[in-house]
Amino acid sequence: MTTMTDRKLTMQKAIAEGIAQEMAVDPSVFVMGEDVGVYGGIFGATEGLLDKFGPERVIDTPISETGFIGAAVGAAINGMRPIVELMFVDFFGVCMDQIYNNMAKIHYFSGGNIKVPAVLTTAVGGGYSDAGQHSQTLWGLFAHLPGLKVVVPSSAYDAKGLMISAIRDDNPVMYMFHKGALGLGWMVNNPHATGPVPEESYTVPIGKARVAREGTDVTIVTVGLSVHKALDAAALLEADGVSAEIIDLRSLVPLDREAIVASVQKTHRLLVVDEDYQSFGMSGEVITTAVQGAFDYLDAPPVRVATPDIPIPYSHPLETWTLPSVDRIVAAVTEMVSG
Amino acid sequence: MDIPKAHLVDMYETMVRIRRFEERIRELYFADKLPAFDIAAGLIPGEMHLAAGQEPVAVGMRPHLHPGDAITATHRPHHVAIAQGVDLNKMAAEIFGRETGLGHGKGGHMHLFSVEPNFGCSGIIGEGMPVAVGAAMAFKARGTGNIALSYFGEGAANQGAFHESLNLAALWKLPVVFICEDNAYAISVPKASSTAIPDNSDRASAYGIPGVLVPENDPVAVYEVMGAAMDRARRGDGPSLIEIKTDRLWGHFEGDADAYRSDEFKEDMNDRDPLVAFGKRLVEEGVLSEAEQAAIKEKEYATVEAAIAFALASPYPAPEAALNHVFA
Ligand SMILES: Cc1ncc(C[n+]2csc(CCOP(=O)(O)OP(=O)(O)O)c2C)c(N)n1
Repeated sequence: MTTMTDRKLTMQKAIAEGIAQEMAVDPSVFVMGEDVGVYGGIFGATEGLLDKFGPERVIDTPISETGFIGAAVGAAINGMRPIVELMFVDFFGVCMDQIYNNMAKIHYFSGGNIKVPAVLTTAVGGGYSDAGQHSQTLWGLFAHLPGLKVVVPSSAYDAKGLMISAIRDDNPVMYMFHKGALGLGWMVNNPHATGPVPEESYTVPIGKARVAREGTDVTIVTVGLSVHKALDAAALLEADGVSAEIIDLRSLVPLDREAIVASVQKTHRLLVVDEDYQSFGMSGEVITTAVQGAFDYLDAPPVRVATPDIPIPYSHPLETWTLPSVDRIVAAVTEMVSG
Repeated sequence: MDIPKAHLVDMYETMVRIRRFEERIRELYFADKLPAFDIAAGLIPGEMHLAAGQEPVAVGMRPHLHPGDAITATHRPHHVAIAQGVDLNKMAAEIFGRETGLGHGKGGHMHLFSVEPNFGCSGIIGEGMPVAVGAAMAFKARGTGNIALSYFGEGAANQGAFHESLNLAALWKLPVVFICEDNAYAISVPKASSTAIPDNSDRASAYGIPGVLVPENDPVAVYEVMGAAMDRARRGDGPSLIEIKTDRLWGHFEGDADAYRSDEFKEDMNDRDPLVAFGKRLVEEGVLSEAEQAAIKEKEYATVEAAIAFALASPYPAPEAALNHVFA
């Protein structure tokens, strides 16, 4: 357990602090990726680390993702605990083989004899008109692949604790941070991005969901920046007399199915909000879990607010229409409870 | 300079047009984003990579281009697109996210696609290189006599796609020219920290193709080297790798604090601004007087202003139009 604290950090600073604290106690931890050194990471996840730990442990790489992510696999199975950054998740295409056919499968192929304790950090998400190659979340894609844990923090507290858990985990962990939730000065101003973070090292378990808000009329299951949108929507719904419970999954793999089922058994309604593409992804998985675990409790068919199955468009009005929004969440819940 | 005057004038005009376009995009990019920079706000939200300083790499190939030649460019695509003659109005409209844009607002500044001229680009590093190889395959199979040009940064030369593309093009003797725009930095990472050898043009020898280094950011030098490589490709003698030392005068993206480049580096770079240098040289060699250059500026500025006015007067796409164009 951790002490309460008044100290507030942005999610970005909390991630960097978590990495720094593990690097300080474990010499096998090192960081590599594009612009992680001098720049401190394009999204600040490695801010200050080069100064603290030097270029042997905080390594700027060439633009060679297959090379250096594959190298992280090799280092991980030979005594190191690499944290390797794929700058945007959208760039997975140039290195997917190392992630999916190697990092994710070696432990299994070796019959459990070889461990791959690597953390793959990556920025996800849209909402600022960066178009279709820089705005995806794609967590459903990685969660679909056996052998990878998939973590998506939405608060500064969780970000630090999940990072430390991810580094200590003996499995490959995809650690996906939403750009809009980081609290970066140059991104959309997001008050939820800052929160209390204890100074000392602590862990948040991977695979445990968090009740981000208690409620009685509907369960909203979501992850990442959509947790913040759901919180804003719940405040509006409250004014209309609708009480929404929000489950922040925090990790897709493992998935906390019990938390989903328990909440739906309590509220009898389920909305999944997913910034990822709608079909074949997280929303379908969560709904299946609820239908199997709480079928008799459901008062209405589960509903999802997700990104339709289209590439994310550039133009502001197109993108705004495409991504889950507070308005879409409020409208979906309102329709569900009045139906 | 043993170059037709018309070509020199054309290259100068195009450089002026590119620079003005980048300057105006830069001004408008910051509209409504300041004082507290918010990347999601303003007339042009999202990332913006501008190519001021890199004009020579783009304009040098222009006089040698034939209709139907294909070009693939990078996340920093405007200079190349303008030099190839991509419709400036539609390009501006795409950057402003309007219905009248090249992609009806779907693509944006890193995803400009044009049928005529045959232009494409990508926000993924190295992505255009294999595509240029494929374009060259198509031209060869169809006997069109066209060639493909592929632009990429020096940072991209460490990507697998670079090596695979060079090998394929060399193996199949395809009409491609690979053009490395070496501006010395990949975001914050200097080339010496990313690349095992000093000159990427030397990598051509690994694939048995000519590798040519253009050591200065000069449109005339680029014109000559590109002319030879493009002729060679068109003759059916296969691909070449050209490396051009150039300068990114501004940050990697707009809003970049650019703290990773020293003041001295930036000062030197600004002192050798290729547009200023080329203008001076044209005066000295009696090609274009200052008055003639001023007239060119006036004309090109008006062209750019008209494109921006077209974009700003164009409507945004209807939100539900997001659903269109997923499948043919
Ligand atoms: C596959 C991939 N990896 C990383 C990036 C992020 N990124 C965008 S631009 C850039 C630097 C590119 O440097 P260079 O190729 O030299 O081109 P320049 O920006 O200097 O024009 C990087 C790393 C990307 N877009 N795609």
